[in-house]
Amino acid sequence: MKYWKSCLAALLLLVATPFAASAQTVKVGLILSYSGQGASIGDLMDKAVKLYIKQHEKDLPAGVKLEIIRRDDTGPNPEVARRLAQELITREKVDFLAGLIYTPNAMAVASLATEAKVPTIVMNAGTSVIVRRSPYIARVSFTMWQSAYPLGKWAAQQSGVKRAYTAVTDYGPGHDSEAAFTKAFTESGGQMVGSVRMPLQNPDFIPFLQRVKDEKPDVLFVFVPAGKVATALMKAYNDLGLAQAGIKLIGQGDIVPDEELPNMGDAPTGIVTVHHYSASADRPQNKAFVAAWKKEYGADSTPSFYSVASWDGMAAIFHTIKAQNGKLDADKTMALLKGWQNPDSPRGPITIDKDTRDIIQNEYIRRLERVNGKLTNVEFETIPQVKDPWVQFNPPQ
Amino acid sequence: MATSPPKVPSPVDILLRRRRLRPIETLPWAIAVAVYFAFPTYLPLGTEILIMVLFALSLDLILGYAGIVTLGHAAFFGVGAYTAGILAANGWSEPTSGLVAAGLMAGIVGVVSGFIILRTHGVTLLMLTLAVVFMLHEAANKAGFITGGADGLQGMVVDPLFGAFRFDMFGRTAYLYALAVLFLAWLFARLLVHSPFGRSLTGIRENVTRMHAIGSPVHRRLVAIYAISAVLAGIAGGLLAQTTQAVALTVVTFERSGGILVMLILGGAGRLYGAFVGAPAFMLAQDTLAKSDPVYWLFWIGLMLVLVVMFARGGILGLVDAALHLARRLRR
Repeated sequence: MKYWKSCLAALLLLVATPFAASAQTVKVGLILSYSGQGASIGDLMDKAVKLYIKQHEKDLPAGVKLEIIRRDDTGPNPEVARRLAQELITREKVDFLAGLIYTPNAMAVASLATEAKVPTIVMNAGTSVIVRRSPYIARVSFTMWQSAYPLGKWAAQQSGVKRAYTAVTDYGPGHDSEAAFTKAFTESGGQMVGSVRMPLQNPDFIPFLQRVKDEKPDVLFVFVPAGKVATALMKAYNDLGLAQAGIKLIGQGDIVPDEELPNMGDAPTGIVTVHHYSASADRPQNKAFVAAWKKEYGADSTPSFYSVASWDGMAAIFHTIKAQNGKLDADKTMALLKGWQNPDSPRGPITIDKDTRDIIQNEYIRRLERVNGKLTNVEFETIPQVKDPWVQFNPPQ
Repeated sequence: MATSPPKVPSPVDILLRRRRLRPIETLPWAIAVAVYFAFPTYLPLGTEILIMVLFALSLDLILGYAGIVTLGHAAFFGVGAYTAGILAANGWSEPTSGLVAAGLMAGIVGVVSGFIILRTHGVTLLMLTLAVVFMLHEAANKAGFITGGADGLQGMVVDPLFGAFRFDMFGRTAYLYALAVLFLAWLFARLLVHSPFGRSLTGIRENVTRMHAIGSPVHRRLVAIYAISAVLAGIAGGLLAQTTQAVALTVVTFERSGGILVMLILGGAGRLYGAFVGAPAFMLAQDTLAKSDPVYWLFWIGLMLVLVVMFARGGILGLVDAALHLARRLRR
């Protein structure tokens, strides 16, 4: 049984790995979480990579083959990620590293990317400082400041609220969100009435939200990592009747992730969030992307912002392969990535900043509404081409 | 000299004979050196295996020899890793002294926690060891200003070893460094378990009432071995931090405690070499399976463990023992 299974796995691997003795093979080492707490994220990202290759493999220059070498970092384990990257570089001689869901993992890989000169495409990890850790890193995902800072400004200036409370998960991205929102909100004349940090592991939101309710702010800004906890948060918000008490809930897209919306049941509509991607956006590029996704993975499967970053990451990799006709040079690749523009991303036009190698993208202000009976993040305002605001407040030394 | 050896060896002779180095005991070292030359691209994995062997060896001292069942050994691994990591991130980048500090710090935590929790035994002890891991995990999480919290410790700088050997990308220096440290730890552990002190630990494991009755200072001995084990675990943690130049909260988790327990039991506890068999077997199986099947590899690991626990209670070495025993009986 085990024998047959491994035979089957080996066979699948052979089939999935395009072999060509004479052809130029470009190798991409994809480091994602396929097991552990991040397995569902890894799945959403891996599916996007597969779909992109399936659709675009024919566009590669003649004789150039692409090989994806997948590795499981099992979660936020920098020492594992570093070892995998080391092996991918020294043993597999990859031309690119890609993936990297968690900030510590991306940080651990950075010095290797520099030493070995391997272009590294960060497809998720969103702590601002990552791109500064190596000149061979480019990011196609997002930063926490990119959405939380505009949201703070919008909340104070346009939604007419004056008193805000923040509740964030107690780790790096949460701290970034809290800092960004607080700075923008107070700069624009708002007043902070309190803040609380919630544990990362198995949080019970009721006591934290009760504290918020007693304080009666106009608005509650929340960050929790996208996934099941977002649904738990909505349930607590509902159960405590914060909406009835007049406390508006706002946040980044992470609290209303597209793939969790079907599980949120009677979540209160009207929640305003800022994010760079909503699966329901009606740009034609996004409609085509979502349709292709549903055709490939079934009508119940929905791509999320994780998927879009991986999709665009592959687009960036394809761009550099095509431009160099399959003969890759690390410095040329980085030069091609700097300033790379993709007007056709499902999330709207994107650019890789030529100075910081970080993503520049539209941020959309969305309202949670029921469309045809389904909860949907409806985009109603666009903040065009946002650069990471953090850079401006923390100039490189 | 001319007298013939006694027919029935005295217990002292038996104990002394066990202490003698058998040729087979050099096998792990021969393999480790051969790997360095034969598989130069597998050295990062090799280094991690060596570190896990050291960690499992430290656990064997308390679990296999003294019979202290613990789910909290990652606490010491984590203290060692964070000590080495924090030193390296704050300007103390010399590796060997950093490693000594990692061991010492873990030893201190071992003495303090051992002094308190080793008054209990059985399930209570198990829960308390678990509690120590959870407490240290949360402490490391909350003390984000020095540990980096859930983001991991950043900015470690590790100097070249002895000022001459840089920690290179292929992991050559790291591998030999880990191998040398493991070798010293093994020499020490071997000396320890065959010493009268080591023997008294086996006595405590087998019959604690009797050890009390003959006047052995049971609690003091347990605390001593607990602390020694903690030092070795701390050194293992420090090695991991220095060779990967990264530390995250996962070094001090229940999963890591459980994982090392599994590796030791897989190899066979209470025989010093279980660590040398179990850790490589587990890590290699994990590495191979995770590559051929990144999505479902955990299932195969689980299946393997179920089979080992059901059919090979003494671990892999237990199986080998049983096979040798059978062969000897058949020959007779």
